[in-house]
Order: sequence, then structure tokens, then C-alpha cells
Amino acid sequence: MATDPILCLPASIDPSLLLGLSQAGYRLAVQDDAGTGEDRILAALVSARGGVDAAKVLCAAVRNSSEDQIPVLLLVSQSDVSSLDHTSGLFDDFAILPSSAAELLVRFARLTAGRTGADGETIVAFGPLKINTETYQAMIDGRVLDLTYMEYELLTFLATNATKVFTREALLSRVWGYEYYGGARTVDVHIRRLRAKLGEEHASLIETIRSVGYRLGQPSWANTSIQ
Amino acid sequence: MTKNDYVLRTVEERGIGFIQLWFTDVLGTPKAFHITPQELENALEEGMTFDGSAIDGFSRVQEADVLARPDPSTFQVLPYEGTGSEIARVVCDISNLDGSPFEGCPRHTLRRVAERARTQGYTFYVAPEIEYFYFSSADPTIGPVPLDRGGYFDLSVGDAASGLRRRSVKMLEEMGIPVEHAQHEDAPSQHEVDLRYTDVLTMADTVMTTRLVLKALASAEGLVASFMPKPLASVQGSGMHTHCSLWSNEENAFADASDETGLSPTARQFMAGLLVHAPEITAITNQWVNSYKRLVAGHEAPVSIGWARSNRSALVRVPVAKHGRLESTRLEYRAPDSACNPYLSFAMILAAGLKGIEGGYELEPELTGFHGGVRPLPSNLNDAVDLLENSALARETLGDHVVEWFVRNKRAEWAAYKSEITQFELDRYLPTL
Repeated sequence: MATDPILCLPASIDPSLLLGLSQAGYRLAVQDDAGTGEDRILAALVSARGGVDAAKVLCAAVRNSSEDQIPVLLLVSQSDVSSLDHTSGLFDDFAILPSSAAELLVRFARLTAGRTGADGETIVAFGPLKINTETYQAMIDGRVLDLTYMEYELLTFLATNATKVFTREALLSRVWGYEYYGGARTVDVHIRRLRAKLGEEHASLIETIRSVGYRLGQPSWANTSIQ
Repeated sequence: MTKNDYVLRTVEERGIGFIQLWFTDVLGTPKAFHITPQELENALEEGMTFDGSAIDGFSRVQEADVLARPDPSTFQVLPYEGTGSEIARVVCDISNLDGSPFEGCPRHTLRRVAERARTQGYTFYVAPEIEYFYFSSADPTIGPVPLDRGGYFDLSVGDAASGLRRRSVKMLEEMGIPVEHAQHEDAPSQHEVDLRYTDVLTMADTVMTTRLVLKALASAEGLVASFMPKPLASVQGSGMHTHCSLWSNEENAFADASDETGLSPTARQFMAGLLVHAPEITAITNQWVNSYKRLVAGHEAPVSIGWARSNRSALVRVPVAKHGRLESTRLEYRAPDSACNPYLSFAMILAAGLKGIEGGYELEPELTGFHGGVRPLPSNLNDAVDLLENSALARETLGDHVVEWFVRNKRAEWAAYKSEITQFELDRYLPTL
């Protein structure tokens, strides 16, 4: 199963940013006269380098292209920030140029978390990871992960709160509640199991923050080739 | 969402064709029912009734029916079984029809001891090192034929077995069983898979799963993975050295930075308990006639009772914790073999250790040099069973039902063995006596 792509407008966005996104597992799509050729779009990346007004037209086009509320991330230069109208509802978040692939990944992760999919299913997505919280199915790079109940709960919690760091104690109380066995070691054990199931190439999706805890999706991740 | 919902929904979404309900008999033999997804909901809610009288250690005179109750937290798709439609497993506890724990269920036995540790504020973590052999056949008339001549940690053994081991480790990881490392062992065709620590009940389930996966993948390639304790006379046997630690809240209760050996008083008492009770629990950790062919001098297997930091034939070894890594402090109990029942073995190890803590046992001095201990481990199954039968600790931990059935079963095994005339006797005595 292919991941829904990020629509990039216009096509001339800084190639190093696009490369970073695609290395992190996102598929990219560009709109031409014939449309995108895609049924569904995960999110849109719109550059205001051609001027804020031109960008607003592009944003509006994305908004009008689908009944789904496609999240829009606007790339804008420092000097244009003051002319953005936050109440226009044409974009959901923005990043100031020059930006980095790492920053965009984090912003997209948060924009696309909890998105409702085509059949009304709720998708939690981060990079190559996709969790359908209606069917309890988790996928990495389109491969189904066969998780136990607690592994599923832990992964979903971390993915829903991607890039945030949680202590073991916080994970215990928020994921396990009172029903846990063996203190914070339990968290370490389950993280290790999840990493095993994610496989070698994706194990680093869940990062250990020394003497703090864990987080899913770290900024440096964008620099690692995931494909 | 409840655990049952998660299981039922996943079965539906993944198109699971069959669900295996796993349980284990008293001797550690894996058993399973196969049920269809339609039966699963009922099985999860009410359990599955079956006639336990045909199963080792389950038989009782009256009331042979027992109930298998699936533990939904153990639900796992079995990737190695996937041929068209997927198969998943759920591990079961066995109950009486009134819902009370069945005395012959090893999983209940282990849970009971783990709970006892918990009421004292401890969680017991274990990490076993599972040794085993790959052979080309399990036909007794052919005998065990190793697949290679490789040795300890050999890197470039270009044989079928090392590739098979790597694929098996990958499969285990996919199933959420983290492998610390895997290597070629000392003997030809002998391999070792070291599992990463986890709580003791999960680990017992995991050992059962690991053995099944290793066997299934070998069998798919026309080979045999054997956990027989001592299949080849002249080389080392297959142990299941078990690393143990007790945790209290977030602290390793075995660690003490101020101590010369790095061990806390709790660790010393636990170890003293293990050493005092080792002879009477050996029938459980080493339950076959063949187990005692492994426990002989000269092959790094323990034969007597003692502990040491560096002596690798000591019964209990205290691995040196990496500098400043107090949380890795642990004790390695080296008697168990790879063909033990992990539920009952872990239960007895924990019970012996807890006894040491509860009784404030004094730890004997560390073994020095390469000398063994003074007190021996039982040297054959019959002696081990005698010790078990008279063990208050075993009766308290396993219950009379299991101890009595086990003793009867093992006496019969010993009697059958005794009545054999071995090749050794023919070679040695026929020409001369």
C-alpha cells in the first residue's frame, strides 16, 4: 500500500528540502496542467517565494481541490511574515526560509497526525509510519506490523505525540495506566520489542533520550537515508 | 478499546485463517488447539473446555475437563506460518471449570511465584542464553550428524546452519522477540541465541516461542533444531544459562556500587538461596536422563555448588557489570538446559532465591581458582528426583499435584533407562567378561 503523497507547489521548491522529505519516506507529487494524478493527498507544501499573493492563490487551490481538509504548510521568507494573514484559513502552519528538511518533517508530522482518511478511518502518520486507529493496523513503508496489544498502544501514543520526549514514568501512566507489570523497565522492554518489529532500518524511528526517556521521530532523522 | 477488541479486530483486518491456542504441559511440551476466527470471541470470553486427561501432568481421576483461557495480551501473528491465510497464536492459562487456577498449569505456577515476589516489592527479570544444535536428521537410527565443523564465535562458517540461524533471529525480531546476540557455539553445529531480558512470565512464553520458531524454520529447510541437552558425547551440551535480576521500583535490587563485588545484600541472599536449594530444584531445571550427561566435568557445565565472578564452570556466575552500568548487575544460573520447562524452571529459581531473601541466608565464600564447590549437584535423574520429592520448597512452589505427577513420570523414565543395555556396556564388557 503506497503512502499518500505530499503535494509540492510550485514545483520549483528548493531541491534539498524535497530530497530530505523523500529520504524520510514521504512521497512527493507535483501538480501540472493534468492535475496530480493522485487520488488522495496527505498534505501540501506551498512556497511563497513567488510572493505572498501568488502563494495564497496556490493555497486556495489546494483548499478547493478536495473536500478533505488537506493540511497546508507554507514556506515564507522572513520579510514576508508580517504580511501573512493568520485568519485567512488558507494555511495551517508555516516555516521561515531558509528552512531545513528536519524542520519540515516535524511540522508535517504534527499536521498529519490524527488525519481522517477516505473511509472515515483515523490515520496517525509520521514519515514511513502509518497507523489506522479504527482498524488497529500499523504499517511501516507499506508493510504491516503485527503488534501485540501493548506494543500497539505504545506505538500509537508515541506517533500521536511525535517528536515529543516522554519519560518512562509518563509512558507508564499514560499508556499502561495502572495495569502494568514491573515498573519503568517494562517501557524499555516494550520499546526494544517495537524496535525489533520495526526492523533494522526503521528501529531508530524511536529514539532513546539518555537519562530522560523516549521519543518517536527526531530532527536528525531527516538526514538519515531511510529508503 | 479492550484487549479482546484489539485481538478480534486484528484477526478480521489481517484475514487470519486460524488461531492457535497455546499451552504447555508439565514437561514443557508445547500443545495447541486450532480454532477458527468465528470461535475466537467465545474462546476469549469464556475459554475453551477440553479433556485434560490425555495431557502429561493434567490427568486426574475425577473431573478430567479443564478450561483453556486465552491471554489476549499474548496475541501474535506467526509470520513463519503464513501460507496463504495467516495464523496467529494466543497463549492460554489452564483453569478448572469453576475458573480457579488448575494446579497442573505451569503458567499459573510461575505467575504465583512472580506475584509473591511482587508483594515483596520485586519484579523478576530473566534473560536466557539458549544453546542448541542443528542436525541433518532426528532419526535415532542415524544419530546426530552435525552440519559443520565450526567452533566458538567462528565468523566465516559457510554452512547452511549459520544462514538458517540468521534468518531465524530475523524472524524472532519480527515477532517482537529481541535477540541480544546469536553466535556459533563451541561444538560443531552448535548455536546460541541470547534473548534480551524481560519479566519472567513473558520470558517463559518467549522461550516456548523461540524453540518453536527455531524448530519450524529448520524443518522448513529439511534440517532439525535440537534442544537435547547432550546429543554428542565428546563436546559440550546445550545449556540454558539464565541471567537473573530483581528490580525494586526503578532500581536494580542486586546492585550495590559500594560493594567490592558490586552485589547488594539482597543479591547475596538470593544467590545463597539458589546455592542452598540447587540440588532439590535440579530435577526441574534438568529433567531428562540425558540432562545429566551434560552436567559432567570438562565441558563448562556445573557439577558442584558454588559461585564465582570469573570461573565459567561455577553454578552461579556473577558477570562483571560494565563500568558504571549498575543496572546490568545480575546473576547467571548455569544449571538449566535447553530442554527444561521454562515456566517451572524459572519458578523454582525465583522461589529458591526468594527463600534466601526471606530467610536471610548467609552467602558462602566465592570459589577461587578453578576449584569446584564441595557439595555436588545430583549426578543422575534418579538422585535428582529423590531430592525433589523430599523438597518442601518444591511442594510449596509447584504444589503436590505437579510434584507427585512429575516424580511418577520421572521414576518411570529412569526405570526404562535402567533396563536398557547400552553400547558402552557391550563395547566394554562383552569382549572381556
